[in-house]
Amino acid sequence: MSTRRFAVWRGAGTEGGLVEYDVETEEGMVVLDALREIQRWQAEDLAIRWNCKAAKCGSCSAEVNGKPCLMCKTRLDELPEGEVIRVEPMRAFPVIRDLVTDVSWNYEVNKRIPPFTPAPDTEWLIAQEDVDRMSEFRKCIECFLCQDVCHVLRDHDMKSNYFGPRFMVRIAALEMHPLDRADRVELLAGQAGIGLCNITKCCTEVCPEGIHITDNAIIPLKERVVDRYYDPLPMLGRKLAGRRRKDGPV
Amino acid sequence: MSADAAYELHEYDVIVIGAGGAGLRAAIESAANGAKTALICKSLLGKAHTVMAEGGVAAALGNVEAEDSWQTHFQDTLFGGKYLNNWRMAELHAKEAPDRVRELEQWGGVFDRTPDGRMSQRAFGGHTYRRLVHIGDRTGLELIRTLQDRGIHQGIDVFMECTVTRLLKDGDRVCGAFGYWRTTGEFVVFKAKSIVLATGGLGKGWRITSNSWEYTGDGHALGFEAGAELVDMEFVQFHPTGMIWPPGVVGLLVTEAVRGEGGILRNGEGERFMERYDPKRMELSTRDVVARAIYTEVTEGRGSPRGGVFLDVTHLSPSLVKKRLPSMYSQFMDLAGVDITRKPMEVWPTCHYAMGGIKVDAETGASRVPGLFATGECSGGMHGANRLGGNSLSDLLVFGKRTGEGAALHAREAEAPRVDPAQVAAAAAEMVGYLDGPGEDPFRLHTELQDTMHENVGIFRTRDGLAQALVALEELRRRAKNLRIASGAREYNPGWHLCRELQALVLVTEAVTRAALLRTESRGAHSRLDFPATDDDWGDHNVVVTKGEDGMRVERRDVVKVAELEPLVAARKAAERA
Repeated sequence: MSTRRFAVWRGAGTEGGLVEYDVETEEGMVVLDALREIQRWQAEDLAIRWNCKAAKCGSCSAEVNGKPCLMCKTRLDELPEGEVIRVEPMRAFPVIRDLVTDVSWNYEVNKRIPPFTPAPDTEWLIAQEDVDRMSEFRKCIECFLCQDVCHVLRDHDMKSNYFGPRFMVRIAALEMHPLDRADRVELLAGQAGIGLCNITKCCTEVCPEGIHITDNAIIPLKERVVDRYYDPLPMLGRKLAGRRRKDGPV
Repeated sequence: MSADAAYELHEYDVIVIGAGGAGLRAAIESAANGAKTALICKSLLGKAHTVMAEGGVAAALGNVEAEDSWQTHFQDTLFGGKYLNNWRMAELHAKEAPDRVRELEQWGGVFDRTPDGRMSQRAFGGHTYRRLVHIGDRTGLELIRTLQDRGIHQGIDVFMECTVTRLLKDGDRVCGAFGYWRTTGEFVVFKAKSIVLATGGLGKGWRITSNSWEYTGDGHALGFEAGAELVDMEFVQFHPTGMIWPPGVVGLLVTEAVRGEGGILRNGEGERFMERYDPKRMELSTRDVVARAIYTEVTEGRGSPRGGVFLDVTHLSPSLVKKRLPSMYSQFMDLAGVDITRKPMEVWPTCHYAMGGIKVDAETGASRVPGLFATGECSGGMHGANRLGGNSLSDLLVFGKRTGEGAALHAREAEAPRVDPAQVAAAAAEMVGYLDGPGEDPFRLHTELQDTMHENVGIFRTRDGLAQALVALEELRRRAKNLRIASGAREYNPGWHLCRELQALVLVTEAVTRAALLRTESRGAHSRLDFPATDDDWGDHNVVVTKGEDGMRVERRDVVKVAELEPLVAARKAAERA
């Protein structure tokens, strides 16, 4: 048992600041445990969003010592000893209160992505290797930490121009489904704004599920856009073939 | 009306309260039937506890073992439920689960495959054949995300982070709901012709639980207060394997898929103790049996160093463990610093699932209150005395669909809802009242409630313990009327939210305790030390709890049977005796 000091951002909207609390810690404690102790004994109105406490639901996203993370997965013994632990809300989204941010924009973006669209005569046979490829993207828990850290959304607030890494991952899962027949390349090049990503890989670094967002989702999708709009040979090939191949890996 | 009691008003054909798998599936079906539908949830969409269902969804597709059939799935479900299940529900569930899973795949759900490209199926406790369709150990996430991505294109209005505190009535029927936005604390009223309760469980009544803060028995309590019957409330499932360390994650679920993939249970002396409790099924015995076995080993002094037992997969290849159980691997690595491919896990039973819930019509999910429906964990009947792993995801698909359809069809015929302003004013006054400190501290009262249930209404029960619990609950219920918070802030204030949630919890835990007191036998998840035997007469009866003139009424009711299914049930009983 030792005491650790936390500086927690308290406030609403743009008004607020860090408030310090001391917490008696125990072995194996994570940041979320400590904040719930604060809530229980020192500040019953401390606003925190959390659910599963097992890194499976993606609710408790915040920034600890400036780093976007899930609070339920961030152990105190991994943070520098003797230093104050700073806990702040995700910066890319408007603050509702304390550590809770308004992430509703993400849900609006999702609606603009054409859903899974199988051919009417599909036989529903899928190879395990296709499942494994899609599975990397489908394990996303929608914590929105990748959205939080993305420069386009965080620093430039270009939410009307770019869907963000989370939805590149979602589109990649759909585009790589061997039985899907919808075409999302025009969406990617247009309102989804994939061209704005300059592949700094910050999103990949913060993903708690270890999804290779940049390498496995965004770059292959960028290649599809380039193929379609800028590369004359495949364009000619598509014209001759009269249809777009959807059955292979990107 | 005073300014702090102001509210916004919405009107729908159907409102669905709760957005886990059952609520989402119900809302999709309601909208597909042309009803104007709202989906209301306490958390963000896609965060409900369905994501914690890891092992798979049970459906007799016969992809891996062709001998499987709906008949065997039905028999397994009744054997697991110790024959207290509503037979018609178990029949519909077994027959329709395969179609519901195929439909999920057609909506974009992705599951692990057989070598010839069909959906693969894994073994699970109590299932005769390999039956669980799965994707690694995150099947619930796949299910909720698939439904979510389907639902957002159906024209359903979603009210996220919105809590319903009361149902509104017009004579006998329900006509709407009162609630508040968690984010702002402002009030909201929904007028509706049909209401579907899909709020999940009540695990937060116990100290050690796999459930998150959300599972406070809201739907059970809303239904009960509106006049619905609660059935099988004495049966609370303790999942055999919850984490035991570190303290912050005590109770966190360790999926049954660990045992499905070959995990072995050993006590502190290294003995594979399930040989003494169920030599035929061993680790894949039903959850009630395995939970009691672990409890018994530890209380008789054969526990692990931290007071649980060992769950071991170190004999399996590390690559297989990481492929088949990836989230368990990272859960133990990240939270406990244990590499489960090299060291055994330590586990202890955790309060996981309510078999009991609102008594519903099998075909439509209708309760006895006109316009009120229920589905998923907050409904009762499907699982009897003990639920089989994998049967909850199939339950919520099969009955989510049926209930959504039932609610939409009811709304077509129903008259326009009329809301009584006095009921709205009373509901608003209750919530405003909690802001008017000082009074009882909600966090303290919650801890006392959990301790009471943990000590007296856990895996093993006695008349004395249950009677003591009732006395304590009576006192807690009285004190809960005086819950207050110090801060008057209504925006995202967890203390304020808990004041209301505790009203539901004190009600549902009392229903559990009263039902447990009446059932003087041991069966499934209900074990009485003072009545250790299973009693055949009780095997034909459910316990039903209803709201009486002065307090709860608890009574025996005949199990819902189906004559044509008698031969199947008789055959299974004979096979078990042999």
